[in-house]
Amino acid sequence: MFDIVNIEKPDSLETALKMLSHNPDLKIIAGGTDLLIKMHNGTLENAALLSLRKIPGMDEIRCLDDGTITIGAMATFAGIFRSSIINEHLPVLSEAAVSVGGPQIRNAATIGGNICNGAVSADSAATLLAYDAELRILGTEGARTVPIREFYAGPGKVNLKPAEILTHVVIHKTGYSNTSGCYIKYSNRKAMDIAMLGVSVVCKAEEGRFSDVRIALGVAAPVPIRCGEAEDYAKGKEISYETMKEIGIYAVKASKARDSWRASKAYREHLIEILVFRALKEAVIRGGGVHIGEL
Amino acid sequence: MAFDVVGKRTVRKDAVAKVTGRAKYADDFFERDMLVGKVLRSPYAHAIVKNIDTSAAKALPGVEAVITHEDLPRLKYATAGHPWSLDPNHRDVADRLMLTDKARFVGDGIAAVVAVDTLTAEKALKLIKVEYEVLPFVLDPEKAIEPGAPVIHEERPDNVLGASNEEIGDIKEDFSKADRIFEGIYETSIVQHCHLEIQTAYAYVDSDSRIVIVSSTQIPHIARRIVGQALGIPWGNIRVIKPYLGGGFGNKQDVIVEPLTAAMSLAVKGRPVRYALTREECFIDTRTRHAMKFYMKTAVTKEGKMLSLHMRPVSNNGAYASHGHTIVMSAGGKFRLLYDFNSIKYEPKTVYTNLPSAGAMRAYGCPQIFFALESHIEDITREMKMDPIEFRKQNLISVGKMDPHSEIVVRTFGLPECIEKGKQLIKWDEKLKKYKEQKGTKRRGLGMACFSYASGTYPHGFEIAGVRIIMNQDGSVQLQVGATEIGQGSDTVLSQIAAEVLGLPYDMVHIVSQQDTDITPFDLGAYASRQTFVSGAAVKKAAEEAKGKALEIAARRTGLSIDALDIKSARIIEKKSGNEICTLEDIAMESYYDLVNAAPIDGNASVNMRTNAMAYGVTFAEVEVDMETGRIEVVEIYNVHDSGVIINPLLAEGQVHGGVSMSLGYALSEQMLFDPGTGRPLNNNFLDYKLQTIMDTPEIGSAFVQIPEPEGSVGQKSLGENTTISPAPAVRNAVLNATGIAINKLPMTPQKVFEEIKKAGLL
Ligand SMILES: Cc1cc2nc3c(=O)[nH]c(=O)nc-3n(C[C@H](O)[C@H](O)[C@H](O)COP(=O)(O)OP(=O)(O)OC[C@H]3O[C@@H](n4cnc5c(N)ncnc54)[C@H](O)[C@@H]3O)c2cc1C
Repeated sequence: MFDIVNIEKPDSLETALKMLSHNPDLKIIAGGTDLLIKMHNGTLENAALLSLRKIPGMDEIRCLDDGTITIGAMATFAGIFRSSIINEHLPVLSEAAVSVGGPQIRNAATIGGNICNGAVSADSAATLLAYDAELRILGTEGARTVPIREFYAGPGKVNLKPAEILTHVVIHKTGYSNTSGCYIKYSNRKAMDIAMLGVSVVCKAEEGRFSDVRIALGVAAPVPIRCGEAEDYAKGKEISYETMKEIGIYAVKASKARDSWRASKAYREHLIEILVFRALKEAVIRGGGVHIGEL
Repeated sequence: MAFDVVGKRTVRKDAVAKVTGRAKYADDFFERDMLVGKVLRSPYAHAIVKNIDTSAAKALPGVEAVITHEDLPRLKYATAGHPWSLDPNHRDVADRLMLTDKARFVGDGIAAVVAVDTLTAEKALKLIKVEYEVLPFVLDPEKAIEPGAPVIHEERPDNVLGASNEEIGDIKEDFSKADRIFEGIYETSIVQHCHLEIQTAYAYVDSDSRIVIVSSTQIPHIARRIVGQALGIPWGNIRVIKPYLGGGFGNKQDVIVEPLTAAMSLAVKGRPVRYALTREECFIDTRTRHAMKFYMKTAVTKEGKMLSLHMRPVSNNGAYASHGHTIVMSAGGKFRLLYDFNSIKYEPKTVYTNLPSAGAMRAYGCPQIFFALESHIEDITREMKMDPIEFRKQNLISVGKMDPHSEIVVRTFGLPECIEKGKQLIKWDEKLKKYKEQKGTKRRGLGMACFSYASGTYPHGFEIAGVRIIMNQDGSVQLQVGATEIGQGSDTVLSQIAAEVLGLPYDMVHIVSQQDTDITPFDLGAYASRQTFVSGAAVKKAAEEAKGKALEIAARRTGLSIDALDIKSARIIEKKSGNEICTLEDIAMESYYDLVNAAPIDGNASVNMRTNAMAYGVTFAEVEVDMETGRIEVVEIYNVHDSGVIINPLLAEGQVHGGVSMSLGYALSEQMLFDPGTGRPLNNNFLDYKLQTIMDTPEIGSAFVQIPEPEGSVGQKSLGENTTISPAPAVRNAVLNATGIAINKLPMTPQKVFEEIKKAGLL
């Protein structure tokens, strides 16, 4: 039994926005897989909900003529990892999507909910950071676009104003073309678990050297982060076992790992170093062509 | 012995009902105007309840009653699901009230609300004002027994729930004769059963003014007794009904929700009230597996003969006794019939702490004791540079061995064959050679561990089972058993035994799956891997009685002697020729409708089993350790069991799958964690408590060495709990083999393994 007092099901974004601006207590619900947990825990009481489910087209995944990929906020993780557009152009996102929960959760959980919930462990977050994704947000005053790097405000906090709806996740062609990548979700269990560390790597190689490396981490700081120093270090470096090991060490610098009962700081930092190396190595192998000695 | 039904892979009696959703569990029953009960729990690990103000909660619309300890009888009762003992010295410790005036762990029940629905009840809980006097608390049993530690129960100011000192032989002498003496400390952690169906019950007062309780319990007859004791009412005024059950693993061999559910119903004049725990509540206020710490010391000759063992376990019991000291004592009795020590000194201590109460859990202390023993032996063989399998083999007991305390005699001992089989299955010699000089990031290793276990609780416990068989007009039978089906498959194997004895096809045995204390023959229920062995004996006896009655009618008809006749495939045959005389249906019809001799055929048996049978087995495991992350992957695992005759291979394999996966969680990832500063649970949910998923579970292999046990009604011994004893030490030993690192505390989480690898300088 959930503490729900009311649920609105508008059939257009306009109506949804109107309802939200009239009633600031309305809480948006997408798949409900985060929200219902909050109700179960008692952190959300007397919930008045606004469901986005009846709004047509909000789960669409499209590749525009210029190669821009737009993912509707209501796209589920099952829809994402089965999408041919995603698998062709954003394989790392597909990898992240299929790592979420289990089949039932992936059928209900949306990418919009994953991002807006603000959890540092959100499996799509690191990969969207690595692809330089942007978020399209609609409010009563119109639409705005925010790079996902600027969206996270703190643990469980995102830059979303009360009557605003995330409509799309946008990834430009420059974000993904000619890249290869890898997402490693490190968790205790192989399913039904949240990441102890999430590592997403997207990279481009030219003539045996890294021309662009983007490394993003989940659960390494209060919010999902990019590893600036490691990325800068990597740029132009020869692709070798040594440089990749070195990049792993640099990646730790961006982190703000803490001791907690879930894992120690020392272990988390060690994992960052090891797993960034492993993800990078895998990305390079997937990119094909480059022969790297010891690997 | 050649069997027709025993030994066959018959389909579970409840398979179709369960997969189609036709099987009804406690929560599938509804009464008109059913109310909901909820409990207010202490936020403090140790605190005196000074005052409770329930007025605001009572005033909330939809609230029908609010109760506290003041509204309930002040009768301390014992919750453990053991049979009652006429000997006052042999009873469980009665230290519990339905609602307490002193909280002894975070989550202890302080007040209860009965309301029209869950949300109203939850809102009412928030309106109850409790004034606490917060006391210092203690979570570590070794600290709890230090002088000056907080006193948890006034009746036991030293916090010691039980302490024993048993000695067999003369350890002093054997230690003086030893060439080598080894010491080690091994620890296990607090884990939980994680049955899918959480504790749930509902109660009401029926037209006869008796209390009816429908509950998810393993032990309906015992539950009735304990409810009577807790409420202070005659036992005959209580009726407990047990429908299909979604797993128990020992956590429902304890009376947890039933007394309070009954009290809630009484508080609203007998209206039906449902009290169902949430998973979060289940983690803290049901039972757990005792965490134990073992101090081990072993005397060995230079040839590798183990002379003597001195074992000192400290068992963390949590806040209330439940099964208490019995667990470590029971396990202490079971391991003694594995290796042939000259002398053993066993000094266990069970200690109260301000944690959730530990109780019965699958294999009752043995997963703890064998983790210690089999890890310790592995460490000895490494130190002595001896082959771990040969070392164990030369120390095994043999048939005829008797335990001087319990006087249990080993009549069948298939362990040596089990070991051989396991070695072959995992390709032990070949792989060991291959993995000898590993340097890489991923390293493989092999390990094994043995165990011994009993079939039921005799002679420490009393083992009674009841069965009734009624033959229908068509020759089929209803089989009523007091033994409870809790998912383990007892309905199926008991039906197979009945079919076998009666000469019926399996599908002509209709098992009555539901137990009802008003109707069901007296039996203690499901625990101690007793049903197949103990209740199986009662089934055989009742079936023989019914069969005798059928043959008597056939003899009367034919003029042949009873001994010349038999029943095969529901037909009466002449034994010698095998010729059919008539159908069993003919006989059954006569038993119902013969104008002169009518007397429907039945069989009633109550068996008080005063014997036991030791069962054995071994796990072989192969692991791969990621030397950088510390992650352990179990690559291959086999359990090989000596459980006597296997009545249903399909169910036996199922037991192995479940038991091994349970043990792998215990070995690798599961543990209940508490904040050392407050005693609050940190991970009482399935996100943070790392129960393994099917994706984490390797393929599990099983094999059985079948030597018929003379005391088993069809040659059987125990199996259900046995499967979960040896996998954890086998995995631990495999990790040691792969990496050279001995991990002496469970669970072997990646972080822990990483820390050990680092400590060993391998990173
Ligand atoms: C068993 C289980 C396993 C899980 N496993 C994982 C896992 O492995 N990895 C992982 O990352 N997560 C996991 N989760 C968490 C959860 O499933 C995901 O975060 C999911 O993506 C949330 O999406 P939703 O559609 O269900 O969000 P909801 O619960 O509906 O919403 C979440 C939040 O986002 C807001 N919101 C949703 N959509 C919008 C929008 N379009 N505009 C503005 N605000 C919006 C809501 O108001 C709410 O605050 C798990 C959850 C469960 C219950």
